[in-house]
Amino acid sequence: MTVHIASPDERGLDYLEIRGLTVDFDGFRAIDGVDLTLLQGQVHFLIGPNGAGKTTLVDAVTGLVRGTGHVGYRGQDLLSMRSHRIVRAGVGRTFQTATVFEELSVLQNLDIAGGVHRSAWGMFRSRRGVPTYVAEALETIGLAGLRDRPAGVLAHGQKQWLEIGMLLVQDAKVMLLDEPVAGMSAEEREETGELLRRIGAERTVVVIEHDMEFVRSYADLVTVMHAGKVLAEGTVAEIQADPKVQEVYLGRIAEGAEHA
Amino acid sequence: MSGTITETIPEPETTGSAHRAAGRGRSIATSLLPLAGIAILALLLLVVAPAVLTQFRLNNLGKYCCYAIAAVGIGIAWGRGGMLVLGQGLFFGLGAYAMGMHLKLEAAGPDAVPDFMLNFGSGVLPAWWEPFRSGAFTLVAIVVVPAVVAGVLGLAVFKRRIKGAYFAILSQALTVAFAALLVSQIKYTGGQTGLNSLTSFFGYNLYDPVNKQMIYFITAGLLLLMLLVTFQLYRSRFGELLLAARDGEERVRFLGHDPANIKVVAFVIAAVMASIGGAMFVPLAGLINPREVNALASIMLIAGVALGGRASLLGPALGALAVGFGRTYLSESFPDQWTYFLGGLFIIVILLIPFGLASVFPRLWRSIDRRRGVAA
Repeated sequence: MTVHIASPDERGLDYLEIRGLTVDFDGFRAIDGVDLTLLQGQVHFLIGPNGAGKTTLVDAVTGLVRGTGHVGYRGQDLLSMRSHRIVRAGVGRTFQTATVFEELSVLQNLDIAGGVHRSAWGMFRSRRGVPTYVAEALETIGLAGLRDRPAGVLAHGQKQWLEIGMLLVQDAKVMLLDEPVAGMSAEEREETGELLRRIGAERTVVVIEHDMEFVRSYADLVTVMHAGKVLAEGTVAEIQADPKVQEVYLGRIAEGAEHA
Repeated sequence: MSGTITETIPEPETTGSAHRAAGRGRSIATSLLPLAGIAILALLLLVVAPAVLTQFRLNNLGKYCCYAIAAVGIGIAWGRGGMLVLGQGLFFGLGAYAMGMHLKLEAAGPDAVPDFMLNFGSGVLPAWWEPFRSGAFTLVAIVVVPAVVAGVLGLAVFKRRIKGAYFAILSQALTVAFAALLVSQIKYTGGQTGLNSLTSFFGYNLYDPVNKQMIYFITAGLLLLMLLVTFQLYRSRFGELLLAARDGEERVRFLGHDPANIKVVAFVIAAVMASIGGAMFVPLAGLINPREVNALASIMLIAGVALGGRASLLGPALGALAVGFGRTYLSESFPDQWTYFLGGLFIIVILLIPFGLASVFPRLWRSIDRRRGVAA
């Protein structure tokens, strides 16, 4: 497997570089020597059957599980850092089930994500007005009309947008999104896809996804994982033409379709 | 809620902005409700109570205020931070004994040694008692000692991600150990009897009714001050973060914060409040002994907080005052059965009003507000 762009540094692009990443759960290799370069400016999809190690990969990169190998971002090895430090370095993530703070309002949820920009003393002051970066995020995710509602009453899709908004407020340069459109209606998926495109230009956006329709519509680059390894990488067309992918993955898709 | 982005964009400008303005007005009224509560409490404590209560009852009310000060701290740590602080007697005791040592030395007179040290000890003042001759040092110690103890303890516990029942048991065990230490080190602490026969408070005679009333006012004032500090804390970004750390500790990590640091700060604030409550308890009670700071005393504190409503601003203070009153009233009226009554009361409250007595007021306010909204 060749890396598509040899030197993003020369082109002034931001990127996250994963080399030989391995996650071992008591002898079971959930991730087995993965090499991956995630580049700014393209919406990068991570697909693969259940148990392929997609979420574990994100967990390892964000410090939730221990991994070995090297995950480089702006000269730092993320594997040696704790979760909150990784976030402060500019790498953010969402979870499969939206985990917004239900008792806090939409505005508070976004504002709280801006804590990385504040001094310790600033934390003991109350919020006066809406910081510009919060207002911008509120517009971007389209929840401006609901800003004073408690996040707990939001619809499923809106919670996922709120999570993405929180990443925007955090100023995450790398966004790792774990199944952001799961359980969404077709309309909501479309809105989300457009949202990802809008924010993806200046950032490194990585999306774990099962829904092939969604992948086809919005992926610039797709990485297929299987059994903890990278099986194939390329555009949607390249991936779909790859016999290895068809063998291990498309069979499972058909299975999945029966459940849906 | 159908929830596509297009549907959530607000209605045409005129109605939309009017609607939002009304919403904001209501939320300000609701957010200032606690201030009104503090004002009412101030009126009751500073004006009504001194006018209608006898000296003896007022002094008792002062003691309940001390419990309430500690309870406000518990509200922060437990109600907002989710840390079940079962052993606040430890910090209440640190403040109380710091104050007790100073008053004991005052009672003994300059260069003299407290009476119990002559009876049980060597008759020489231990070096670590010496600085407590200074009133200023004592006041600083009342704040700094519990802050340092809670800070070190908190870092050790929360950085290792110890929480829930393990934390509760640990905090309780420390209080048991602390009380046992106080009893056993009789030559330094007065043992079971503690520090008594106190005669003055920073030079003011403790038997003078005017001075006793002054001490009550200081205590009530401190309680109100702690409530105002807590009001600001809950409004601040830290308050939001603390709530977030309670409800989603792991999630907070992915906002770029170490939840351990957030918890330690809340734990330290709670410890300092408990210590201040303990310190003021001593001149009001005229004594301090291990029974006032042991495990049972700690549980009584937390019971008051549960009764009043742990997550609200005023609930913990009201609950602590109510438990203080209840204990005195019931034990005077039913000397033999009062503990059963108190226990029964707890069961009833927890069954009927799980969020505590204080939750009744905002609910009432909201229903009035809603009815007004419908009328308008």
